[in-house]
Amino acid sequence: MSMYRIGVIGDKDSILGFKALGIWVFPVVDSEEASTILKKLAREKYAVVFITEPIAKDMGETMERFKDSLFPAVILIPSNQGTLGLGIQGVKDTVEKAIGADILFEKEGR
Amino acid sequence: MAIIRVNPTRMELTRLKKRLAVATRGHKLLKDKRDELMKRFIDLVKKNKELRERVEGELVEAFGNFMMARAVMSSEVMEEALMYPTQRTDIKLSKRNIMGVDVPRIEFTQAKEEGASPYPYGFVNTSGELDGAIKTLSDILPRMIELAEIEKSCQLMAEEIEKTRRRVNALEHIMIPQLTETIRYIKMKLDENERANLTRLMKVKDMLEEREG
Repeated sequence: MSMYRIGVIGDKDSILGFKALGIWVFPVVDSEEASTILKKLAREKYAVVFITEPIAKDMGETMERFKDSLFPAVILIPSNQGTLGLGIQGVKDTVEKAIGADILFEKEGR
Repeated sequence: MAIIRVNPTRMELTRLKKRLAVATRGHKLLKDKRDELMKRFIDLVKKNKELRERVEGELVEAFGNFMMARAVMSSEVMEEALMYPTQRTDIKLSKRNIMGVDVPRIEFTQAKEEGASPYPYGFVNTSGELDGAIKTLSDILPRMIELAEIEKSCQLMAEEIEKTRRRVNALEHIMIPQLTETIRYIKMKLDENERANLTRLMKVKDMLEEREG
Protein backbone atom coordinates (compact mmCIF):
# COMPACT_ATOMS: atom_id res chain seq x y z
CA MET A 1 0.00 0.00 0.00
CA SER A 2 1.59 3.18 -1.06
CA MET A 3 1.39 6.42 0.83
CA TYR A 4 -0.42 9.45 -0.42
CA ARG A 5 -0.15 13.07 0.55
CA ILE A 6 -2.59 15.71 1.64
CA GLY A 7 -2.47 19.12 0.03
CA VAL A 8 -4.04 22.43 0.92
CA ILE A 9 -4.56 25.18 -1.63
CA GLY A 10 -5.70 28.63 -0.60
CA ASP A 11 -4.69 32.11 0.36
CA LYS A 12 -1.59 32.17 2.47
CA ASP A 13 -3.14 33.65 5.56
CA SER A 14 -5.72 30.93 5.84
CA ILE A 15 -3.65 27.87 5.22
CA LEU A 16 -0.24 28.58 6.69
CA GLY A 17 -1.20 26.86 9.91
CA PHE A 18 -1.60 23.52 8.20
CA LYS A 19 2.07 23.48 7.48
CA ALA A 20 2.84 22.75 11.10
CA LEU A 21 0.81 19.56 10.82
CA GLY A 22 2.98 18.21 8.06
CA ILE A 23 0.52 18.83 5.27
CA TRP A 24 1.72 20.21 1.96
CA VAL A 25 0.68 23.80 1.67
CA PHE A 26 0.32 25.68 -1.62
CA PRO A 27 -0.39 29.37 -1.16
CA VAL A 28 -1.98 30.96 -4.23
CA VAL A 29 -3.45 34.34 -5.01
CA ASP A 30 -6.06 33.55 -7.65
CA SER A 31 -8.05 30.60 -8.92
CA GLU A 32 -6.10 30.33 -12.16
CA GLU A 33 -2.96 29.57 -10.24
CA ALA A 34 -4.92 27.21 -8.05
CA SER A 35 -6.23 25.30 -11.10
CA THR A 36 -2.71 24.78 -12.38
CA ILE A 37 -1.57 23.51 -9.00
CA LEU A 38 -4.59 21.25 -8.58
CA LYS A 39 -3.94 19.63 -11.95
CA LYS A 40 -0.34 19.11 -11.01
CA LEU A 41 -1.25 17.60 -7.64
CA ALA A 42 -3.72 15.25 -9.29
CA ARG A 43 -0.91 13.77 -11.33
CA GLU A 44 1.25 13.34 -8.28
CA LYS A 45 0.48 11.39 -5.16
CA TYR A 46 -2.10 13.59 -3.57
CA ALA A 47 -5.25 11.77 -2.53
CA VAL A 48 -6.93 14.60 -0.67
CA VAL A 49 -6.75 18.27 -1.61
CA PHE A 50 -8.43 20.90 0.51
CA ILE A 51 -9.22 24.18 -1.21
CA THR A 52 -10.50 27.32 0.46
CA GLU A 53 -13.86 28.49 -0.78
CA PRO A 54 -12.96 31.96 -2.11
CA ILE A 55 -10.31 30.39 -4.34
CA ALA A 56 -12.47 27.44 -5.39
CA LYS A 57 -15.37 29.72 -6.28
CA ASP A 58 -14.07 30.44 -9.77
CA MET A 59 -12.54 27.11 -10.69
CA GLY A 60 -15.74 25.24 -11.43
CA GLU A 61 -14.49 23.32 -14.44
CA THR A 62 -11.33 22.06 -12.83
CA MET A 63 -13.26 21.00 -9.74
CA GLU A 64 -15.85 19.21 -11.83
CA ARG A 65 -13.19 17.19 -13.54
CA PHE A 66 -12.18 15.30 -10.41
CA LYS A 67 -15.68 14.59 -9.20
CA ASP A 68 -16.06 11.15 -10.70
CA SER A 69 -12.57 9.79 -10.24
CA LEU A 70 -11.64 7.89 -7.10
CA PHE A 71 -8.99 10.40 -6.13
CA PRO A 72 -7.95 13.12 -5.55
CA ALA A 73 -10.87 14.02 -3.34
CA VAL A 74 -11.20 17.76 -3.68
CA ILE A 75 -12.79 19.15 -0.56
CA LEU A 76 -13.81 22.73 0.09
CA ILE A 77 -12.97 24.36 3.38
CA PRO A 78 -13.83 27.83 4.65
CA SER A 79 -11.15 30.49 4.60
CA ASN A 80 -10.24 32.81 7.44
CA GLN A 81 -12.95 35.16 6.19
CA GLY A 82 -15.57 32.64 7.27
CA THR A 83 -17.58 30.26 5.18
CA LEU A 84 -19.30 31.15 1.93
CA GLY A 85 -21.64 28.19 2.09
CA LEU A 86 -20.13 26.66 -1.04
CA GLY A 87 -19.18 23.44 0.68
CA ILE A 88 -22.67 22.78 1.93
CA GLN A 89 -24.01 23.80 -1.49
CA GLY A 90 -21.82 21.08 -2.96
CA VAL A 91 -23.45 18.51 -0.69
CA LYS A 92 -26.87 19.78 -1.77
CA ASP A 93 -25.92 19.44 -5.41
CA THR A 94 -24.85 15.86 -4.85
CA VAL A 95 -28.18 15.06 -3.24
CA GLU A 96 -30.09 16.68 -6.05
CA LYS A 97 -28.12 14.77 -8.63
CA ALA A 98 -28.72 11.43 -6.96
CA ILE A 99 -32.29 11.77 -5.84
CA GLY A 100 -33.65 14.45 -8.12
CA ALA A 101 -35.02 16.49 -5.27
CA ASP A 102 -33.53 18.16 -2.27
CA ILE A 103 -34.69 16.03 0.60
CA LEU A 104 -32.07 16.83 3.21
CA PHE A 105 -32.40 20.54 3.42
CA GLU A 106 -36.03 21.20 2.70
CA LYS A 107 -36.98 21.37 6.34
CA GLU A 108 -34.83 24.43 6.77
CA GLY A 109 -36.98 26.27 4.28
CA ARG A 110 -35.04 27.70 1.38
CA MET B 1 -44.82 3.42 -29.39
CA ALA B 2 -42.87 2.34 -32.37
CA ILE B 3 -42.38 -1.30 -32.95
CA ILE B 4 -39.17 -2.98 -33.98
CA ARG B 5 -39.13 -3.86 -37.67
CA VAL B 6 -38.97 -7.65 -37.83
CA ASN B 7 -40.34 -10.46 -39.94
CA PRO B 8 -43.55 -11.71 -38.35
CA THR B 9 -42.50 -15.33 -37.97
CA ARG B 10 -42.82 -17.80 -35.19
CA MET B 11 -39.08 -17.90 -34.70
CA GLU B 12 -38.86 -14.17 -34.33
CA LEU B 13 -41.68 -14.33 -31.81
CA THR B 14 -39.81 -16.79 -29.60
CA ARG B 15 -36.68 -14.71 -29.85
CA LEU B 16 -38.50 -11.54 -28.83
CA LYS B 17 -40.24 -13.27 -25.95
CA LYS B 18 -36.89 -14.35 -24.64
CA ARG B 19 -35.58 -10.81 -24.93
CA LEU B 20 -38.57 -9.46 -23.09
CA ALA B 21 -38.04 -11.92 -20.26
CA VAL B 22 -34.39 -10.83 -19.96
CA ALA B 23 -35.32 -7.15 -20.07
CA THR B 24 -37.96 -7.56 -17.38
CA ARG B 25 -35.55 -9.41 -15.16
CA GLY B 26 -32.83 -6.84 -15.71
CA HIS B 27 -35.26 -4.07 -14.98
CA LYS B 28 -36.23 -5.60 -11.68
CA LEU B 29 -32.63 -6.17 -10.65
CA LEU B 30 -31.56 -2.66 -11.57
CA LYS B 31 -34.50 -1.21 -9.76
CA ASP B 32 -33.53 -3.10 -6.62
CA LYS B 33 -29.98 -1.88 -7.02
CA ARG B 34 -31.14 1.70 -7.40
CA ASP B 35 -33.33 1.53 -4.33
CA GLU B 36 -30.64 0.02 -2.18
CA LEU B 37 -28.04 2.50 -3.39
CA MET B 38 -30.43 5.31 -2.65
CA LYS B 39 -30.92 4.04 0.89
CA ARG B 40 -27.19 3.84 1.56
CA PHE B 41 -26.65 7.20 -0.09
CA ILE B 42 -29.18 8.95 2.10
CA ASP B 43 -27.58 7.59 5.26
CA LEU B 44 -24.15 8.62 4.06
CA VAL B 45 -25.10 12.05 2.87
CA LYS B 46 -26.78 12.84 6.17
CA LYS B 47 -23.52 12.04 7.88
CA ASN B 48 -21.72 14.13 5.30
CA LYS B 49 -23.87 17.15 6.01
CA GLU B 50 -23.47 16.91 9.76
CA LEU B 51 -19.75 16.41 9.55
CA ARG B 52 -19.28 19.26 7.11
CA GLU B 53 -21.20 21.65 9.29
CA ARG B 54 -19.15 20.64 12.27
CA VAL B 55 -15.80 20.86 10.49
CA GLU B 56 -16.65 24.21 8.97
CA GLY B 57 -17.57 25.61 12.34
CA GLU B 58 -14.41 24.33 13.91
CA LEU B 59 -12.22 25.56 11.11
CA VAL B 60 -13.64 29.06 11.29
CA GLU B 61 -12.85 29.06 14.96
CA ALA B 62 -9.32 27.79 14.37
CA PHE B 63 -8.73 30.44 11.75
CA GLY B 64 -9.90 32.99 14.26
CA ASN B 65 -7.20 31.83 16.64
CA PHE B 66 -4.74 32.03 13.83
CA MET B 67 -5.66 35.60 13.05
CA MET B 68 -5.00 36.46 16.66
CA ALA B 69 -1.59 34.87 16.43
CA ARG B 70 -0.84 36.80 13.29
CA ALA B 71 -1.90 40.00 14.91
CA VAL B 72 0.63 39.72 17.71
CA MET B 73 3.51 38.42 15.59
CA SER B 74 5.15 39.77 12.49
CA SER B 75 4.53 37.70 9.42
CA GLU B 76 8.24 37.01 8.90
CA VAL B 77 8.57 35.51 12.35
CA MET B 78 5.46 33.48 11.81
CA GLU B 79 6.57 32.10 8.48
CA GLU B 80 9.94 31.29 9.90
CA ALA B 81 8.33 29.51 12.82
CA LEU B 82 6.28 27.31 10.56
CA MET B 83 8.88 26.73 7.91
CA TYR B 84 10.12 23.31 8.99
CA PRO B 85 7.41 21.07 10.36
CA THR B 86 8.43 18.35 12.76
CA GLN B 87 5.79 15.94 11.63
CA ARG B 88 4.46 14.60 8.39
CA THR B 89 0.93 13.61 7.72
CA ASP B 90 0.44 10.98 5.07
CA ILE B 91 -2.54 8.96 4.13
CA LYS B 92 -3.13 5.40 3.14
CA LEU B 93 -5.69 4.85 0.49
CA SER B 94 -7.69 1.68 0.03
CA LYS B 95 -10.92 0.84 -1.68
CA ARG B 96 -14.23 -0.20 -0.27
CA ASN B 97 -17.14 -1.49 -2.25
CA ILE B 98 -20.67 -0.27 -1.58
CA MET B 99 -23.17 -1.98 -3.89
CA GLY B 100 -20.69 -2.22 -6.71
CA VAL B 101 -19.37 1.32 -6.31
CA ASP B 102 -15.74 1.70 -5.42
CA VAL B 103 -15.34 4.31 -2.74
CA PRO B 104 -12.11 5.39 -1.10
CA ARG B 105 -11.15 4.50 2.40
CA ILE B 106 -8.67 6.89 3.84
CA GLU B 107 -6.48 6.32 6.85
CA PHE B 108 -3.90 8.76 7.92
CA THR B 109 -0.64 8.41 9.72
CA GLN B 110 1.41 11.04 11.37
CA ALA B 111 5.11 10.50 11.29
CA LYS B 112 6.94 12.45 13.92
CA GLU B 113 10.56 12.90 14.59
CA GLU B 114 11.59 11.12 17.72
CA GLY B 115 10.84 13.17 20.80
CA ALA B 116 9.89 16.24 18.82
CA SER B 117 7.17 18.53 20.04
CA PRO B 118 4.28 19.12 17.70
CA TYR B 119 5.29 22.75 17.55
CA PRO B 120 8.05 23.25 15.01
CA TYR B 121 9.48 26.35 16.63
CA GLY B 122 11.05 27.66 19.79
CA PHE B 123 8.85 29.41 22.25
CA VAL B 124 10.91 32.57 22.53
CA ASN B 125 9.85 34.47 19.45
CA THR B 126 6.37 33.13 19.07
CA SER B 127 3.22 33.84 20.97
CA GLY B 128 0.97 31.52 22.89
CA GLU B 129 -1.85 32.13 20.48
CA LEU B 130 0.01 30.30 17.74
CA ASP B 131 0.34 27.22 19.94
CA GLY B 132 -3.37 27.25 20.55
CA ALA B 133 -4.19 27.68 16.88
CA ILE B 134 -1.99 24.79 15.84
CA LYS B 135 -3.38 22.60 18.58
CA THR B 136 -6.94 23.20 17.40
CA LEU B 137 -6.01 22.61 13.78
CA SER B 138 -4.39 19.30 14.57
CA ASP B 139 -7.48 18.31 16.55
CA ILE B 140 -9.66 19.04 13.54
CA LEU B 141 -7.52 17.21 11.04
CA PRO B 142 -8.86 13.68 11.66
CA ARG B 143 -12.38 14.96 11.09
CA MET B 144 -11.32 16.77 7.95
CA ILE B 145 -9.93 13.54 6.56
CA GLU B 146 -13.10 11.70 7.49
CA LEU B 147 -15.07 14.41 5.75
CA ALA B 148 -12.96 13.96 2.64
CA GLU B 149 -13.65 10.23 2.64
CA ILE B 150 -17.39 10.58 3.12
CA GLU B 151 -17.87 13.46 0.74
CA LYS B 152 -15.97 11.70 -2.03
CA SER B 153 -18.00 8.54 -1.44
CA CYS B 154 -21.20 10.53 -1.71
CA GLN B 155 -20.13 12.07 -4.99
CA LEU B 156 -19.22 8.71 -6.47
CA MET B 157 -22.44 7.13 -5.30
CA ALA B 158 -24.50 9.98 -6.71
CA GLU B 159 -22.85 9.35 -10.06
CA GLU B 160 -23.69 5.65 -9.90
CA ILE B 161 -27.28 6.27 -8.84
CA GLU B 162 -27.79 8.61 -11.74
CA LYS B 163 -26.43 6.03 -14.17
CA THR B 164 -28.55 3.24 -12.73
CA ARG B 165 -31.65 5.40 -12.77
CA ARG B 166 -31.12 6.19 -16.41
CA ARG B 167 -30.83 2.51 -17.24
CA VAL B 168 -33.95 1.66 -15.27
CA ASN B 169 -35.90 4.36 -17.09
CA ALA B 170 -34.64 3.29 -20.49
CA LEU B 171 -35.75 -0.27 -19.83
CA GLU B 172 -39.04 0.70 -18.29
CA HIS B 173 -40.15 3.32 -20.78
CA ILE B 174 -38.52 2.25 -24.03
CA MET B 175 -37.22 -1.29 -24.20
CA ILE B 176 -40.03 -3.13 -22.48
CA PRO B 177 -42.97 -1.32 -24.17
CA GLN B 178 -41.26 -1.70 -27.52
CA LEU B 179 -40.82 -5.42 -27.09
CA THR B 180 -44.36 -5.94 -25.82
CA GLU B 181 -45.75 -3.99 -28.73
CA THR B 182 -43.73 -5.95 -31.28
CA ILE B 183 -44.75 -9.26 -29.77
CA ARG B 184 -48.40 -8.22 -30.02
CA TYR B 185 -47.89 -7.21 -33.64
CA ILE B 186 -46.34 -10.55 -34.57
CA LYS B 187 -49.05 -12.50 -32.78
CA MET B 188 -51.76 -10.60 -34.64
CA LYS B 189 -50.01 -11.07 -37.94
CA LEU B 190 -49.67 -14.81 -37.35
CA ASP B 191 -53.31 -15.13 -36.36
CA GLU B 192 -54.29 -13.22 -39.46
CA ASN B 193 -52.29 -15.62 -41.65
CA GLU B 194 -53.94 -18.52 -39.90
CA ARG B 195 -57.40 -17.15 -40.63
CA ALA B 196 -56.51 -16.41 -44.25
CA ASN B 197 -55.27 -19.96 -44.65
CA LEU B 198 -58.44 -21.38 -43.13
CA THR B 199 -60.75 -19.38 -45.38
CA ARG B 200 -58.73 -20.43 -48.40
CA LEU B 201 -59.02 -24.08 -47.50
CA MET B 202 -62.76 -23.78 -46.97
CA LYS B 203 -63.13 -22.02 -50.27
CA VAL B 204 -61.13 -24.73 -52.04
CA LYS B 205 -63.26 -27.42 -50.40
CA ASP B 206 -66.44 -25.65 -51.56
CA MET B 207 -65.13 -25.44 -55.09
CA LEU B 208 -64.19 -29.15 -55.10
CA GLU B 209 -67.62 -30.16 -53.84
CA GLU B 210 -69.30 -28.00 -56.49
CA ARG B 211 -67.36 -29.64 -59.30
CA GLU B 212 -68.12 -33.17 -58.08
CA GLY B 213 -71.71 -32.44 -57.30
